[in-house]
Amino acid sequence: MTATQKDPVLVVLQLTGGNDYLNTLIPYNNPLYRDNRKAVGIGDNQILQLDKTYGFPSYLAPMKQFWDEGKLAIMHGVGYLDSPRSHFRSMDIWHTCEADKVGTEGWLGRVVREFDPKKENVVTAVSFGPCLFRALAAPGVPVACVAGPLETYGFLPGIQEKTQRLAVLERFSRMYTPIPGSGVMEYIGTTGQDSLKGADILKVAPAKYKSEVKYPDTAIGRKLKGIAQVHFADLGTRVFYCDYGSFDTHAGQSPLHASLWGAINQGLEAFMADLRAHDKADNVIILMFSEFGRRVRDNGSGTDHGAAGATFVLGERVKGGHYGDMPSLEAKKLVQGDLNPNMDFRGIYSTILDKWLHLDPVPIVNGTYEHVAFLH
Amino acid sequence: MAHQDDIALIAHLMRRAGFGAGRDELEARAAKGYDATVEELLNFEAQPPVDPYMLLRYQPAALLPGGQPPMGNVNYMYYLVNTKRPLEEKMALFWHHVFATGNSKVDNYDQMLEQIDLFRHNGMGNYRDLLLKVARNPTMIFWLDNNQNHGTEVNENWGRELLELFSLGAGNYTEVDVREASRAFTGWNFETKLPRLPYGRFPWKFEYRPEDHDDGVKAFLGHKGNFNGEDIIDIVVQQPACAKFICRHLYNFFVADEPQVPAWNLEPPRDPEAVDMLAATFRANKCEMKPVLHALFTSDFFKNARFKHLKSPAEVVVGTLRLTGGYEVPRPGYGELSMQPSYMGQDLLNPPSVEGWHTGQEWINSGALMSRINFVAEQIGNTSLPGVQAIVSRLKAKGTMEPEQLVDSCLDLLGPMEVGSETKEELTEYARQWGEIRWDTAAQSAAATKHTGELLQLIVATREYQFA
Repeated sequence: MTATQKDPVLVVLQLTGGNDYLNTLIPYNNPLYRDNRKAVGIGDNQILQLDKTYGFPSYLAPMKQFWDEGKLAIMHGVGYLDSPRSHFRSMDIWHTCEADKVGTEGWLGRVVREFDPKKENVVTAVSFGPCLFRALAAPGVPVACVAGPLETYGFLPGIQEKTQRLAVLERFSRMYTPIPGSGVMEYIGTTGQDSLKGADILKVAPAKYKSEVKYPDTAIGRKLKGIAQVHFADLGTRVFYCDYGSFDTHAGQSPLHASLWGAINQGLEAFMADLRAHDKADNVIILMFSEFGRRVRDNGSGTDHGAAGATFVLGERVKGGHYGDMPSLEAKKLVQGDLNPNMDFRGIYSTILDKWLHLDPVPIVNGTYEHVAFLH
Repeated sequence: MAHQDDIALIAHLMRRAGFGAGRDELEARAAKGYDATVEELLNFEAQPPVDPYMLLRYQPAALLPGGQPPMGNVNYMYYLVNTKRPLEEKMALFWHHVFATGNSKVDNYDQMLEQIDLFRHNGMGNYRDLLLKVARNPTMIFWLDNNQNHGTEVNENWGRELLELFSLGAGNYTEVDVREASRAFTGWNFETKLPRLPYGRFPWKFEYRPEDHDDGVKAFLGHKGNFNGEDIIDIVVQQPACAKFICRHLYNFFVADEPQVPAWNLEPPRDPEAVDMLAATFRANKCEMKPVLHALFTSDFFKNARFKHLKSPAEVVVGTLRLTGGYEVPRPGYGELSMQPSYMGQDLLNPPSVEGWHTGQEWINSGALMSRINFVAEQIGNTSLPGVQAIVSRLKAKGTMEPEQLVDSCLDLLGPMEVGSETKEELTEYARQWGEIRWDTAAQSAAATKHTGELLQLIVATREYQFA
């Protein structure tokens, strides 16, 4: 089941740790912004104005370029009711779409199962991160998890000498032959062989890849390059996942936030240039989310956990613009000092599922949520 | 020298009642005997506790790690790897599985670590006393919202989980019992948290608020009275279902994999007689854990359960680090080591829910399998680590060997492990590429050491190695 070039692809970039919404989309004319951000406010001379209301900090220059091109959708006030302000719980809710109980299936795990119910392509989803993100986890759904460089992905990456490596993996594969009826041994065998197959398939990607584009040598630069390599190799991958952080800027926020977003912006600039140069951009959208925004009033050097945040979708087929409004900064409108969410993240997922991936969103996000019109 | 069967049995005991052991330790224990080893494990007080100052000297941030996962996990991992009281630490992990409390909500590793300490100090004592301490544990109170359980407005979260997950199991109480138990625990609260930042962290303390307690009459599991929380616990532990539930947990954790807890009132235990025997011991000894553990570890069903338990990520990581050695000092880099179980699907101090981790086969998925194999292979293939060197020295002492002997010896020194005939054949075929293994010259010895590392890597990559 090889995907055609037209098959839509979703790239998710997770901004782990809680990105500061107010310093990403600065309401620069709002006096309450200045009142609340005495320590970590962004100076007027460092603001790239998007319009008369909002501005990016200067370290988002490449994203400003995408904005000017009309390729960047900005969703305001995103979150959900009763935000718990805990990284882990909040991330779980974003991953499983279960706000009231602990979910066992990730929303993208369900997407993969829809795309490939018979498990014909073990690289339908490829994740670049240290672990299997819960968003991708679902029983019986294979996900290739690439923790290091793609070139060394697979079992026993420490064994580099080529003939020895081949010999080891051949033995490995035979040792994992699933014997039907052997219960857990059969299951581990299947899993081992799926993973091995995935590693085998992905291995061709860096070898096939040729590009003039230089990616920055940062963790996110390497991940985005890996995604481009797999995407260019036409392996039928429909969902890519990667993370970057930590955006948990309780202290020393100003330089930290600038370096985090700086790395992401340089990475995205290279990634989009690479995709465009190879005619591989028009079937890709990039979703960028964080588990929550941060507290309105700074704490003297950083900001604490908040509620509503901003979510971004970038791509050639995206209808650029603002969606929704920033929740009020007025003290009486805040919830425990935080912006009160006015857009449910599951509405954004639903839009992507419906209009981009052409799947029924209701069983995937566990309900019906208002869609957001950011796709053509 | 100890008999091979004795070594294999002691190795089984140490994998289950601890986190495995190197061959030197196994031989020393086998010389003392199986029963003496069980006694030593149970009477852990005779061994020194872990030295926390060594940890703090290298990782000061591990003292009050706040919300940082690596530092909270560094602290816990240091104890797991360095304890000389393996069963104390294994039982603390057991109770962490049962009374699963997660940093996802608590957002404070200081409190999570304090709860683990509670399990260390009380985990092998009396279950009734432990349950009472857990009910008064601020971390648990916050985790299950008992601080929101008021005399005027009952919150059933703690009352329900107490019965469903911590003592009786679903099907052994009614909704009325949940309500009445919850009423009895009203007013069991903790001192108000001070804001975390910028004032630092203060330990949470239990606080009983009589004005918030519902002192009315409660009808609970056939008893009636003006019960308070402690009365509820006394009634709970007298239920036959309680003994069976806790003992099934012990069986699942120490003996062989059971279905997941929510299925327990639907599916019978795989060995009902074993659970009944343990439950009878539990009741006869009035909830004392040591006699139950003694009965378990000396039973035939335990001794016959070799390799019937899929290793949890904690067992994989801790077992590997204790075998290879070299991690006695918490040097920089410990943070990454301590996060390894989470990469394999077991985020210690942060179970996915109050139900705890799903165990057995559910530990395995593509990423998790790759993570566990790659981690263990990287460690075991590092022939500079003391534990791996010890394996090489023992092989060297055997002198020149054929590929078959090399495979047998490595399987022996890594377990002794039992593998299927197909696996054995693949391992032997692999070793044949090197021909005869010799240690006579420096060059031969270097090559033999390298090949040993390579073979050990393939062995830890087998399916069989995933079982304990």
